[in-house]
Amino acid sequence: MPSRRTIPFDYPAPGADPAPALPGAGLPWLDALRDEGRRLSANGLPSTRTEAWKYTSLAPLAELDFPHPAAAEAEAIPAEPETGAFDALEGPSLVFVNGRLSSRHSRLGDLPGDLRVRGLARGLANDPAGIEALIGNATPNGDPLAAFNAAFAADGCIVEAAPGAVMDQPIRLRFVAAPGSEPLAYHPRVIVRLGVGSSLTLIECHEGPAGAPTWSNPLVDIEVGAGARLSHVKLQIEGESAYHTALTKAALAGEARYESHLLALGARLARHEIHIRFDGEGADCQLRGGYMARGSQHVDNTTVIDHAVPHCESREVYKGVLDDTARGVFQGKIVVRQDAQKTDGHQLNRTLLLSPKAEIDTKPELEIYADDVKCSHGATAGEPEADQLFYLRSRGLDLRTARKLIVEGFMGELLEEVGHEPARAVLSERVAAWIGGDRS
Amino acid sequence: MLTIENLHATADGKPILNGLDLQVNTGEVHAVMGPNGSGKSTLAYVIAGREGYEVTAGSITYQGRDVLAMSVEERALNGVFLAFQYPVEIPGVGSATFLKTAVNAARKHRGEQEYDAMEFLKLVKAKRAALGIDDGMMRRALNVGFSGGEKKRNEMLQMALLEPSLAILDETDSGLDIDALKIVADGINALRAPERAMVVITHYQRLLDHVVPDKVHVLAGGRIVRSGGSELALELESRGYAGLGLEPSAAA
Ligand SMILES: Nc1ncnc2c1ncn2[C@@H]1O[C@H](COP(=O)(O)OP(=O)(O)O)[C@@H](O)[C@H]1O
Ligand SMILES: [Mg+2]
Repeated sequence: MPSRRTIPFDYPAPGADPAPALPGAGLPWLDALRDEGRRLSANGLPSTRTEAWKYTSLAPLAELDFPHPAAAEAEAIPAEPETGAFDALEGPSLVFVNGRLSSRHSRLGDLPGDLRVRGLARGLANDPAGIEALIGNATPNGDPLAAFNAAFAADGCIVEAAPGAVMDQPIRLRFVAAPGSEPLAYHPRVIVRLGVGSSLTLIECHEGPAGAPTWSNPLVDIEVGAGARLSHVKLQIEGESAYHTALTKAALAGEARYESHLLALGARLARHEIHIRFDGEGADCQLRGGYMARGSQHVDNTTVIDHAVPHCESREVYKGVLDDTARGVFQGKIVVRQDAQKTDGHQLNRTLLLSPKAEIDTKPELEIYADDVKCSHGATAGEPEADQLFYLRSRGLDLRTARKLIVEGFMGELLEEVGHEPARAVLSERVAAWIGGDRS
Repeated sequence: MLTIENLHATADGKPILNGLDLQVNTGEVHAVMGPNGSGKSTLAYVIAGREGYEVTAGSITYQGRDVLAMSVEERALNGVFLAFQYPVEIPGVGSATFLKTAVNAARKHRGEQEYDAMEFLKLVKAKRAALGIDDGMMRRALNVGFSGGEKKRNEMLQMALLEPSLAILDETDSGLDIDALKIVADGINALRAPERAMVVITHYQRLLDHVVPDKVHVLAGGRIVRSGGSELALELESRGYAGLGLEPSAAA
């Protein structure tokens, strides 16, 4: 009898055209990795009986028929993807259409010698041993959605900063679905390695047209070297039929700093899961997430922070706005291991509910095995405060304008922390547009 | 300008205003004094239209209109301004952005051209200098982390920019040191005008040394129990509310 902890999911759909082989097929280590991924993914999708997926149901995703991801060829896609949210920024840009790197839309420019950026499919062809070294230990550990990524990643990219490399311009990764009428799934694998003392801003953007359902299942695998800094901006504005299930994992060496600035506005269902592991002392991780959902959208932020070593600091601030019957989820787990003395961890989740039918489920989970630590969490959810509305209206602002200012301020506080000014401006515009009525 | 007759108001079913009468003519400055808990802020809130208060009897007429039938913003757009005893913090909303939105809402209501960013900056610069407000404060989130004095001066800046016909100042003097008190008093006096009326709510007589009122009223137990000229404030100062038999317990 099948376990009730999984939802059966035939992926790719049976009867889909026989797929061409995925890039790198025939490499023994890669075949083994994919076989393992396929074996695990054949179990299906996690159901709401699984603790980690208690509040987010993937049942509607399991009903969709997706073709094999190898069938998508970026260069063969005739329609131009619409302009991207971050197109006006400077710096190297990789564009993935339907999960495949499109050289037509990407531009790397003149990268400094200490920075290396390459596509995964091309890397598998040119430098399989190099890729094996980077991807080799990235087995999915039984994580049900990562297993799909391991089995079916058709492309992705590798960003490597040499020790001491400092890049002022951000590196942009744009994932977009070409307009189409058939369901489409892709599983990009992104590998980011920052050498000792290097510094980088990475902008990840997931866009897609309204229309046929898409499922994007990216896995972003990050290692921040000793004393290195990564500022990771992610904007997710996929169309109203989209499913987005992302896993971002980052391992931080001593004195490293990782900042995540997420803004999630799109998709019918989006799950942003972040796993942080502290490997060296004195490291610091700042996770800031913003979510805005309306209609029947569902947005899930799940974080796991593993304080495996002493003297590290983690800060999480997740703030969102939910309207109509939108549903939000925040699950924040902080594990402080026995040796991880002097850990400083703080977590905050705040949600503005603009409609009586909007809901947020917040689940903090602190697992603390060390005794000399500072750890705390807090959560609030409610309507905009009556006192704030009254104050603004008493100055002549109508109710709509007053609410708009309060919501803009609420989200604006979060975006203030984005260090890269042009990126921050793009995010602010998106927030303003959402408040003005746009879905994404 | 403002006529309040037999005003009864409750909050959570508890009677707070119990038959209050007040008549303020154009060009006048009235002081309303009273012990803590006598209903001063409630009076201010009911005039401004805050939720949570139920008017069970009586009327408030402003410029010939029934105030109680108007929305909060309508009252404001028609020239009613309340300087809050406890100005509200609005996280993430820049003070300058808020001020511009409020001033332009008023201009739009009057059928005037809205200010652009440059025009507005010039206007604010002139007004804020007199109140000792620096540019840094304008760039901070509205009232967030402001000291008590900064909050009160910010209220005065809003009043100066919005140029109301009826200003109600709820304990704008409380929590101010003597220098700040002087600045705020100068700000109030600068706005005294034949076409404007003010109701200055205060617990102490101190502000009234600088802003000399045309009339003084004593509020106790939710009613005006005495009215007089500015000398009534001095009498209160020397004898105290107790001297008038008006300690909060006695008044209730
Ligand atoms: N929203 C409310 N709900 C219940 N009681 C209130 C409310 N607002 C004021 N009160 C009560 O009404 C009385 C008058 O309060 P207030 O108007 O603030 O007095 P003052 O400003 O003169 O100190 C106090 O006893 C206060 O506790
Ligand atoms: Mg009061």
